[in-house]
Amino acid sequence: MSTEILMPALSPTMTEGNLSKWLIKKGDTVKAGDLIAEIETDKATMEVEAVDEGIVLDLLFKEGEVNIPVNKAIAIIGDPNEKVEVKKEAPIEKVIEEKNIEKNIETKIENKKADLIDTPSPKIEEDRNLSSDEITMRQALRDTMAEEMRKDNKVFILGEEVAEYQGAYKVTQGLLQEFGKERVLDTPISEHGFTGLAVGAAFKGLRPILEFMTFNFSMQAIDQIINSAAKTLYMSGGQINCPIVFRGPNGAAAQVAAQHSQDFSSWYSQVPGLKVIAPSTPYNAKGLLRSAISDPNPVIFLENEILYGLKGPVNNDINFSIPIGKANIEKEGNDLTIVTYSIMLQKSKEAALRLKEEYNLDAEIIDLQTLRPLDTETILNSVKKTNRLITVEESWPFGSVGSEIANIVQRDAFDYLDSPVIKVNSADVPMPYALSLEKLYLPQVDDIINAAKKVSYIK
Amino acid sequence: MKKLQKADYIKMYSFMLKIRRFEERAAQLYGMGKIGGFCHLYIGQEAVVVGILMTIDKNDSVVTTYRDHGHMIARGLDPKRIMAELTGREDGYSAGKGGSMHMFSKENNFYGGHGIVGAQVPIGTGIAFTHKYNGEKNICRTYIGDGAMNNGQVFEAFNLAALWKLPVLYIIENNKYGMGTSVDRAAAGLDLHKRGEAFGIPGEKVDGMNIFSVIEAADKAGKYVREGNGPYIIEVQTYRYRGHSMSDPAKYRTKEELDNYKQTDPIEIVKTEILKKKIATNDEIEKINKDTLEEIKNAAEFATNSPFPKDSELYTDVYL
Repeated sequence: MSTEILMPALSPTMTEGNLSKWLIKKGDTVKAGDLIAEIETDKATMEVEAVDEGIVLDLLFKEGEVNIPVNKAIAIIGDPNEKVEVKKEAPIEKVIEEKNIEKNIETKIENKKADLIDTPSPKIEEDRNLSSDEITMRQALRDTMAEEMRKDNKVFILGEEVAEYQGAYKVTQGLLQEFGKERVLDTPISEHGFTGLAVGAAFKGLRPILEFMTFNFSMQAIDQIINSAAKTLYMSGGQINCPIVFRGPNGAAAQVAAQHSQDFSSWYSQVPGLKVIAPSTPYNAKGLLRSAISDPNPVIFLENEILYGLKGPVNNDINFSIPIGKANIEKEGNDLTIVTYSIMLQKSKEAALRLKEEYNLDAEIIDLQTLRPLDTETILNSVKKTNRLITVEESWPFGSVGSEIANIVQRDAFDYLDSPVIKVNSADVPMPYALSLEKLYLPQVDDIINAAKKVSYIK
Repeated sequence: MKKLQKADYIKMYSFMLKIRRFEERAAQLYGMGKIGGFCHLYIGQEAVVVGILMTIDKNDSVVTTYRDHGHMIARGLDPKRIMAELTGREDGYSAGKGGSMHMFSKENNFYGGHGIVGAQVPIGTGIAFTHKYNGEKNICRTYIGDGAMNNGQVFEAFNLAALWKLPVLYIIENNKYGMGTSVDRAAAGLDLHKRGEAFGIPGEKVDGMNIFSVIEAADKAGKYVREGNGPYIIEVQTYRYRGHSMSDPAKYRTKEELDNYKQTDPIEIVKTEILKKKIATNDEIEKINKDTLEEIKNAAEFATNSPFPKDSELYTDVYL
């Protein structure tokens, strides 16, 4: 009787892990509670304990193997009494073989899906400096911060767990080691205070990057963001600007429920004096974060926890930037326009593929990249071509970014519209915990397809 | 204690008087409808900011509350342009876009003028952070009203300042009332200067009606902070003669209480000292009085004649 030890999910958003180190070897006897391996997750390296007892019959992955999916068997332990028998019949190899076949099939499916969804837009592929290897969004953000910190001593980073812990989501990994504790500062859990402090430092000429562990916690500090950072340039008659970047994950993670899953993009986009950016890929995360750090104004930089692990090519030129206020036409099309941003770009691309296959609808996808100032020109030009518009975003429906886009389009392109604009948003309720309800709450590919059908008058 | 020269006494007297006359004139203009919105007067509290001014370095930074007219005058800023901001004109320090509560002068290291109670405290702490980050020997003086001393972000800022040993001097201007609520009805424990104790921040209580006490305390505290020992708190016991703002009749206190404070008027104390020490004659004092009155009158005239901001200014200064 053998038992599989599975790759454990060690964080809400972990989908795969890296096997950093085995703490056991074949033939060892393990008891419940023994440490068996070190697993590197999307957030940290953690030790894993055995739950079952037995003799280690096999280790299915080598040390250093990466991207092992959660719930994949990583080792097999057996009943000590059956040890000899097991060896004799050698059934384990067979098990492993089957596992490997299964793994290959799954990997192929995953890769195919990834190819379809993560293909960079044609415009990005034209970028001559595009890297041949792919990096994660997390690394793209990290690298950009490091590059800017090397260029300008006035750039520093502060936030909870950004230094010694290496970032709650590992976005600031290694920055403390390179730049020291004067420029990479762990703060107490004190958002109102340290946000005000960073705003004061920006008034006085430094260029802080302030990490909110998540934007949910920015609610503790929102007075300093709105009343101090956004307004002082105006209130001082142009004397005192505030070159600061507020960054961190925004929107839903995975089953962390109402207080830790909400999208603030439309809240911040409503405020004059702020610029608001929401990257969707490692490529634009890099270009946009550089623009944000160099901007003399306060910038809200809305990342997404689930996208931190998204891989893609980037432009490694340390001066490469994407201008704030410019949307990207992710995919050209003639039948309808999908305007989206952040994580919903992925779902919109998936929807576009199915719309083409199943309904022969050729959707144009616009990835806003910047929410304020909004690139209305790109949106209007697209609507004038396709005559149909849907907006897709994770925020609540009331007064969302899509609401404003719908308003602009009906005002400036009324005669071009062949159908009413339809918004796809999250449900108008607090985020539920249960996996089933969470899925219902968030916009899904089917919701996008249904909206597209509706604007195209397809039953 | 800082050794005061004859010129220092004259400077103190002139600045305090200038603030008093400025505020009286502002009240008049408010009554005439030339100044709108909220307008918080500093009358009665002059010894606080002028006392601190006597110990300040040109490159030190200052940040304060919305009761900021006197603070700007003490910083050496032009009463004409301060008054023009109060009247919302284009020559105002914020080009007419800030008003009484939101005035700034970056070139003079004056960082406002903040309208949200308590918000200036983390901001001042951040300005101090910058002085330290840049390796400057300067400090940031951060003023706090007694009302803000019950505001959470103040303690978050105290914690950060102590944790990172930031060169910030916190000056609590305790004028006994947060709007209409007396300190004892708002604060559990009246020793506001002791509220940094848990963070290891030394604090001291000072008579804010007597400028000489203020100077002594500010000098000592300023040195402590400048030498890199971290933050320090001075609680200055003061009193505002007027209501919280122009629209406040101040019915929550007795006439006797007010009259009692007027007996120890901070300007009279300095004047008495000047005459006693024979630093100036009565005639010379009179000349200062007359000149000050004239200067403020001119400021009011300037502020009411300066043009309103151009309509096109509505959309400027939102982004740099």
